[in-house]
Amino acid sequence: MNDFALIGPILAAMFAAATPLLFAALGELVVEKSGVLNLGVEGMMLVGAVCGFAVTIQTGSAVTGFLVAALAGAATASLFAVLTLFLLANQVATGLALTLFGVGLSALIGQGFVGIPLEGLPKLYIPGLTDLPVVGQALFGQDIMVYLAVAAVPLVHLFLYRTRAGLVLRAVGENHTAAHALGYKVLRIRFLAVLFGGAMAGLGGAFLSMDYTPMWAENMTSGRGWIALALVVFATWKPVRAMLGAWLFGGVTILQLHVQGLGIDVPSQLLSMLPYLATVLVLVLISRDVARIRLNAPACLGKLFHPDA
Amino acid sequence: MNRRTMGKAVLGLAGAAIALSVGMGAGIGSALAQDKLKVGFVYVGPVSDHGYSYQHDQGRLAVEKELGDKVTTTFVENVPEGADAERVVEQLAASGHKLIFTTSFGFMNPTLKVAKRYPDVKFEHATGYKRAENVATYSGRFYEGRTVVGAIAGKMTKSNIIGYIGSYPIPEVVGGINAFTIALREQNPKAEVRVVWVNSWYDPGKEAEAAKALIDQGADVIVQHTDSPAPIQTAQERGLWSVGQSSDMTRFGPKSHLTAIIEDWNGYYVQRVKAVMDGSWKPIDTWGGINTGMVELAPYNPAIPADVVKMADQLKADIVSGKRHSFQGPVKDQAGKVVIPEGKTATDEQILKMDWYVEGVQGKVPK
Repeated sequence: MNDFALIGPILAAMFAAATPLLFAALGELVVEKSGVLNLGVEGMMLVGAVCGFAVTIQTGSAVTGFLVAALAGAATASLFAVLTLFLLANQVATGLALTLFGVGLSALIGQGFVGIPLEGLPKLYIPGLTDLPVVGQALFGQDIMVYLAVAAVPLVHLFLYRTRAGLVLRAVGENHTAAHALGYKVLRIRFLAVLFGGAMAGLGGAFLSMDYTPMWAENMTSGRGWIALALVVFATWKPVRAMLGAWLFGGVTILQLHVQGLGIDVPSQLLSMLPYLATVLVLVLISRDVARIRLNAPACLGKLFHPDA
Repeated sequence: MNRRTMGKAVLGLAGAAIALSVGMGAGIGSALAQDKLKVGFVYVGPVSDHGYSYQHDQGRLAVEKELGDKVTTTFVENVPEGADAERVVEQLAASGHKLIFTTSFGFMNPTLKVAKRYPDVKFEHATGYKRAENVATYSGRFYEGRTVVGAIAGKMTKSNIIGYIGSYPIPEVVGGINAFTIALREQNPKAEVRVVWVNSWYDPGKEAEAAKALIDQGADVIVQHTDSPAPIQTAQERGLWSVGQSSDMTRFGPKSHLTAIIEDWNGYYVQRVKAVMDGSWKPIDTWGGINTGMVELAPYNPAIPADVVKMADQLKADIVSGKRHSFQGPVKDQAGKVVIPEGKTATDEQILKMDWYVEGVQGKVPK
């Protein structure tokens, strides 16, 4: 096969690989914009993955499965919200605990669901368009969740930057004391943002267990939650950049597998490392530009807020 | 075999459960009967993995079934390789277990350390190479299974490109690729093998991505030396062939799954427990192939033509009878140099240290 002909399949695989990252990163982006740092993305993804899978097996309905996955992610996130927002627990420690908790809880729930196969979602097929060379499969041959993830990007952007609610959310993230003084319910807004983040992480996880590799296995997210977290910083808290970052990450992942298959002599360990290396590199680069960080990073990120203080 | 635990993060939680289960096992065992042999098993993954640890646990259940009330068994799952393992093995030894199976490569040194402190307890360590007065080792010649699979793949491929998903470039996996490729090209000299390493034993997402990449490069048979059924699902979706690993994975791709290489410890575990009971146990090394039942193939896909099934069965029979060896000379490396001369077979040491590819494999072994 002509190596040039591989570009199409690589692009198609890249968009799919980016989808779980994109869901989780968009959710976390909104959470962080409200001034909360939730490191429990991996845990919420796993709980979403197992619940979505279990419900789909029981009901046979993928729509119900994804809805339950979102709810389960949000429910897991609500634990974090209660602990950090109302009981003022440390956000970093609680987030890490949430990941550990999610790994354990999902393994427990999933005990009876290991080794059961599931049909994935059908792929879009538009005669003519899907058959287009190079871009056909990538743009018109994906399943609905891939498109939904991309569609969520402008929606989140519009919400954050073009609606009053988004403005308030950002204000809370920038200066919770001032927002509180103006009469905004800081804790309620943050609570809702954390729930949204959980729901999106749940969807990202469910994409893995119900569609990408339709099965349940313990710890099947394999660190994608952490990558999503890194993507938020990578994107300097901008939704469109988060999408580009997810694509870049997905693309490097897929590309390194192709490079190996073609027998190009590069150490596979190095190639496996590449996506992470790219993340670190970008983090270093943007960290040098303090002005940009300050412009976009929520000033109250990770800071506890008490209405009486 | 350096099995990685899947649920490393669960271990904090698991720690408490381990202590509890071992404690309970001890309590029940001593309360019931004094002369019952207590047998302990230590697993690196969860028994629910439907793969590596699951197969070991099937062996434990076979022991219970065969020896009934003469034994009590205890297992501890999700044990990380390292310091925690020593604590778990020690707890088993201290709570009266007289025979302990530690089933992952990384349990080697912990097992030997504990064995020194408990000279009257017998230990069995899987896939390791260090033995002692009271420590035996055992493993399977899984490459024999790969020989049979390679021959089948040679007959089934149309594109003459085989996609091979590797976990880590350790001798066991590299040797498997070589055994596969030799048999593949005996049936089909034009076929070649492309290898993608995912650097994980278990990452469904990455394994699926690797399968997709190989298929997009023209592979029409996907072979894996990783543990998740994700590559089977991917091959099924694309309407191509696949070969499963560790356990029968047919249900993940009934139209795609040609067969799988299965690790079967049942017979060995029963035999070793009996040996401890009648006092004939010795700290030996067992490396069993298809002939011992340790290595088996899952039922063939009904779509495989009858003459191919016949050829595979004959090959299996020849391996069992010793007429055929997986690494039977002449075997050439990628540069065309004869490494195993005509009339010779690879020594066990050569197999255990294999770090080069045979002719027909694309790319280089990562160093």
